[in-house]
Amino acid sequence: MSKRFRTALLALAAIASMSPAAAQQFPQYRPPRMADGHPDLNGIWQAFVTANWDLQDHEAQSGPHPEVMGAYGAGPAGQSIVEGGEIPYQPWALEKKKQNFEKRATADVSSDKKWHEIGDPEFKCYMPGVPRATYMPFPFRIVQGSSPYILMAYEFTSATRIIRMNWKGEAPTPSWMGWSRGRWEGDSLVVDVTGQREETWLDRAGDFHTEDLHVVERYTPVSPYHLMYEATIEDPGVYTRPWKISFPLYRRMEKNVQLLEFKCVPFTEDLLFGRFSKETGK
Amino acid sequence: MNRLCILAGLMAALWMSPVAGQAPKSAQKAASKGTPAAKKSPAFKTPWGDPDLQGVWNDATSTPLQRPGGVGTKDILGDEEAAEFQAQLANDLTRDRRDGGPEVDVNRAYNDHWMDSRRLKITADHRTSLIVDPPDGRIPPAVPLSPERQRARAERAAANARFNAGLPDNYRDMSLPVRCIIRTDSPPYLPTIYNNDFQIFQSPGYVTIAPEMIHSARIIPLDGRPHLGKSLLQWLGDSRGHWDGDTLVVETTNFRTDDGVTFQGSNPETFKITERFTRVDATSLNYEFTVEDPKTWTRPWTAIIPWNKIDPAEQMYEYACHEDNYDIVHFLTGARAREKKGETK
Repeated sequence: MSKRFRTALLALAAIASMSPAAAQQFPQYRPPRMADGHPDLNGIWQAFVTANWDLQDHEAQSGPHPEVMGAYGAGPAGQSIVEGGEIPYQPWALEKKKQNFEKRATADVSSDKKWHEIGDPEFKCYMPGVPRATYMPFPFRIVQGSSPYILMAYEFTSATRIIRMNWKGEAPTPSWMGWSRGRWEGDSLVVDVTGQREETWLDRAGDFHTEDLHVVERYTPVSPYHLMYEATIEDPGVYTRPWKISFPLYRRMEKNVQLLEFKCVPFTEDLLFGRFSKETGK
Repeated sequence: MNRLCILAGLMAALWMSPVAGQAPKSAQKAASKGTPAAKKSPAFKTPWGDPDLQGVWNDATSTPLQRPGGVGTKDILGDEEAAEFQAQLANDLTRDRRDGGPEVDVNRAYNDHWMDSRRLKITADHRTSLIVDPPDGRIPPAVPLSPERQRARAERAAANARFNAGLPDNYRDMSLPVRCIIRTDSPPYLPTIYNNDFQIFQSPGYVTIAPEMIHSARIIPLDGRPHLGKSLLQWLGDSRGHWDGDTLVVETTNFRTDDGVTFQGSNPETFKITERFTRVDATSLNYEFTVEDPKTWTRPWTAIIPWNKIDPAEQMYEYACHEDNYDIVHFLTGARAREKKGETK
């Protein structure tokens, strides 16, 4: 083996080790490129896992009000997308997750201070945060051009987030969708997300985090029709160690498919504000 | 053979590495520093050949949509008149005055503390109205409304009056912006007191406009596809674009029929809006819109609003609205408390 050849092999091995393990089940794929040489991730993408109901293994379940919603409110069964199966909660946090779940379909906005205390933010149509936005049962579009910004536009409540490529500096202020800094590692778009509001949840099962949440996402094209998505989730006040999720994103292929509106605020107004109206208010 | 493959692979890997990716960026940086050659370049083209509108833009100005009385028929003012006009508008806009009693003062809550300072300057060309057609700078006369629309407008006016008196019956008495459903993200884009930023993204075949308020993105296909079906309506409508030379032309249809969705109470079924975005130079573009609705106005009318690129150190921030909309509860609980005390004003 010539020295040059060995160097090449080592370099390749180093590159391979950067690419996500899950992506390796796919044959080698070289995605189409933008003018800057990076992979072109433009398109409408959607997850087909049921993690929005529960990140971990879960059976099909009735909704919170089967007496009025019947099978319409029920959720599908699904397998865990968490590496190793379970989220490594600290004991107190596991307890809080259970309490969250019990009150997931409730809301009380009568006091500013208790505004966010109970209920799943999705139930109230609040922006979902990251990574939840990625596996909600709605599509999203990646808009990648020739500026140092990539836009993620989600159908759910028309939420958006801007990924600032090679941005240096901390999140200036907490926000619902967080502060996203991107970079390329080989063919993977790697996004570092901090500055997320503590109120967002990870799913309807009550999985949660604090404002110290640190998410590192990787979007890796593995075929013309798939991105492999991975996220490492870290929050030392809640979990005993960083943990990882992964699943594929599928390209939406319908002719003329476009992102539509799921502006859900009007679907929540009676729930949130109805009790203060003249007809019913005290 | 094997060796060749691996070397080719290695070269490909290097080509996709971040280091290689930075080369075009530093070249871009040098260009933006503005050598005369770079400035003169007719460029402003994306790598795939479309006119380049990418960037964060701000449309704040104090020049009103309609030409106010007092400036006569003048569409453009000289320097001195312009300074006076600007000072008068700033005074009206900030409402930071001390005349009138405490009640009036409460209604002036949004003083210049809240105001985007760019909102206190008239357009650089000293225009007296954003409307450029008709030539008098005014919205054309209205056509008579059908009885149904008259009734709907009267109901809306009554709801607004209840809200303004601090006695809304329910959340439906509040406007769509107060309810955080749509704000300045619905076309046409007009300057307001704050959050006048828009970020334009482009990708092959699309232009995407993300107004800061509220966080929605208008994704505009340029491939000539038909509009959505007639029974699929949206709060922001359905936009289609094409290039007319270097100008992006956007036509939007399929607006929902809810009260307050289409511009100035126009009729959703007959309302038409065409927007034109034209890059002027490195730091500005012209935003022009034409609206027509034979069931609302006697003729189409057009306005032009300059958009200016903001300092790159400035950023777009998330505008969450519904998530912490305490106001809506305060308005309603306040109204219920006042009713209890017998206030009916």
